[in-house]
Amino acid sequence: MSETPSANSNRPPSLAVRTVSSIGELAEHRINKAHDSVSSVGGIILLLAQTLSWSWRSVFESGVRLRKKAIIEQMVRIGVESIAIVMIVQVFIGCILALQIAPTLEKYGQIGKVADIVAIAIVRELGPMLTAIVLSGFAGASIAAEIAAMVESEEVKALRAHALDPIHFLIVPRFWASVFMIVGLAVIANVVGMCGGLLTAWGVLDIAPSAYLDATQQALVLPDLITGLFKAAVFGGLVAMIACYEGLNVRGGAAGVGRATTVTVVKSIVAIIGTDAVFTAIFFTLGW
Amino acid sequence: MTKTSSPSDATHDRNTIISVRHLRKTFTNSAGIDVTVLDSVSFDVARGETLVIMGGSGCGKSTLLNCLIGEYELDLGEIHFQTKDLIAPKNLTTMSADEKNTLRKRFGILFQSGALFNSLTVGENVALPLSEHSSVKPEVIDMIVALKLQLVHMLPHRDKMPSQLSGGQKKRAGLARATAMDPEILFYDEPSAGLDPVTSTAIDELMMDLSKKLAVTSIVVTHEMDSAFRIADRIVMLEKGRVLKIGTRQEYEVLRDAAPATLTTYEDQLMNQFLNGYNIGPLTNADGLSEFEKLITG
Ligand SMILES: Nc1ncnc2c1ncn2[C@@H]1O[C@H](COP(=O)(O)OP(=O)(O)O)[C@@H](O)[C@H]1O
Ligand SMILES: [Mg+2]
Repeated sequence: MSETPSANSNRPPSLAVRTVSSIGELAEHRINKAHDSVSSVGGIILLLAQTLSWSWRSVFESGVRLRKKAIIEQMVRIGVESIAIVMIVQVFIGCILALQIAPTLEKYGQIGKVADIVAIAIVRELGPMLTAIVLSGFAGASIAAEIAAMVESEEVKALRAHALDPIHFLIVPRFWASVFMIVGLAVIANVVGMCGGLLTAWGVLDIAPSAYLDATQQALVLPDLITGLFKAAVFGGLVAMIACYEGLNVRGGAAGVGRATTVTVVKSIVAIIGTDAVFTAIFFTLGW
Repeated sequence: MTKTSSPSDATHDRNTIISVRHLRKTFTNSAGIDVTVLDSVSFDVARGETLVIMGGSGCGKSTLLNCLIGEYELDLGEIHFQTKDLIAPKNLTTMSADEKNTLRKRFGILFQSGALFNSLTVGENVALPLSEHSSVKPEVIDMIVALKLQLVHMLPHRDKMPSQLSGGQKKRAGLARATAMDPEILFYDEPSAGLDPVTSTAIDELMMDLSKKLAVTSIVVTHEMDSAFRIADRIVMLEKGRVLKIGTRQEYEVLRDAAPATLTTYEDQLMNQFLNGYNIGPLTNADGLSEFEKLITG
């Protein structure tokens, strides 16, 4: 009996055994990963529920403070971090859209419709979505890093030890700041994106700015703007929740803080685009 | 004053402020295996005393502190608190979140790194618990903050950010924040870790000073004997998650100063080795220095 293990370990396992065991390992790895994602979705939903409950209490319960100052501070921070990039990205998006769509429209003699297409694409879709993606890279990553560093330096524990709830104190202001600020950023993104389209149409496609503006005005209806901004608000909340969740659940020192930021950006982008698809399908069905 | 170790008798002594019974804490490590970090830990803390929890690194001191402040859920056991506002001792493990927060307002905690809020100045750090938990006017808060900072000799650094402070200054600022709400119980996690001997002695002096001036109960977690012998009224010695000995500082001094050959029990030999930092003894067996090295490095 005592001979068997050493005899085994001398002979390398057969190819079949190695294949099966590495498939097994891979499967286990996948299952662990899947389990991780499921538990983090659960964790994020729980965090959202707690955030909303604390928000409710701070508005309607007299003993619970509404941290207006903290919300404004966070809005300024998120806005300052993201606004320049949002504007640059959107100008280019406006240009790209106009240039990409022009040859096809030209073929049908509809070059005047460039403004319509740019306006609708940006206001309904690309404005909010790209703003959210930029926000995840700047505000999301920096919120995750900040909260993670606070966990590592025992600041979050110190909050709890002083009977201050970290969700009420840290997460609620970041959540609402992100939701409010992204709506503002998306409005700016829309305007700047359409300006990009206008400049391209004027400079390259020989469409007069006044004609472009007229066409834009004709093409846009209120539901375009509302559905777009509504999606933006949801994306802003998503990014904040993912960033806070990853920050609060950091493990493993400085390396963990770095991991929290990267994971935040990746998860945010997937979540933004996935949610976008769901909302677009719903709005399509409702005819909005 | 109470001696522990006879469990199951939840002492309702007015003089006992904290009573820990049969505490067990288990962690699941990364390999998915349960590791019991604390087991059958029982002891009492008398009102007004300074109790030092001592032991080698990795023996579970920080875990015990986290259990005491309600940061960790226990696997087993009870921790009864009898703060002044309570008529009868109350079990931490069965408290609601609100009750826990009420209790925590009676605590002051000095974390290992100071744990100052990095986005706030020193003064704002000390003011935060006050402005959050009381309806005191800002001018009054300013006065209290100045007073608390003066106690720890940090008043000149009031408007600095934590990143501008040295390790010792961070701890002193942390101490000012911990005392802001006039706590009944002060917890310290490794107050002298990472400090030079002079600063470390200064922190010890400060702790004794505060304990006298504020008449608080202090619970200090440390692996530094010099510090422990300076500040302790009583010492709880932990070894591998179990209580090895509970005794007064004088009892420990006798053990420390005894010649190893005169000691008969395994526990006494082990304590003697630990207290003197000898590299020969029951702590360091056949497997050489590694255990000992682990023990002496924070
Ligand atoms: N959150 C945790 N998860 C898993 N194991 C832990 C955790 N915290 C502490 N431990 C383990 O518990 C033991 C005691 O840790 P700790 O209480 O920090 O010791 P000490 O403060 O006495 O140095 C160590 O072996 C440590 O690895
Ligand atoms: Mg420790």
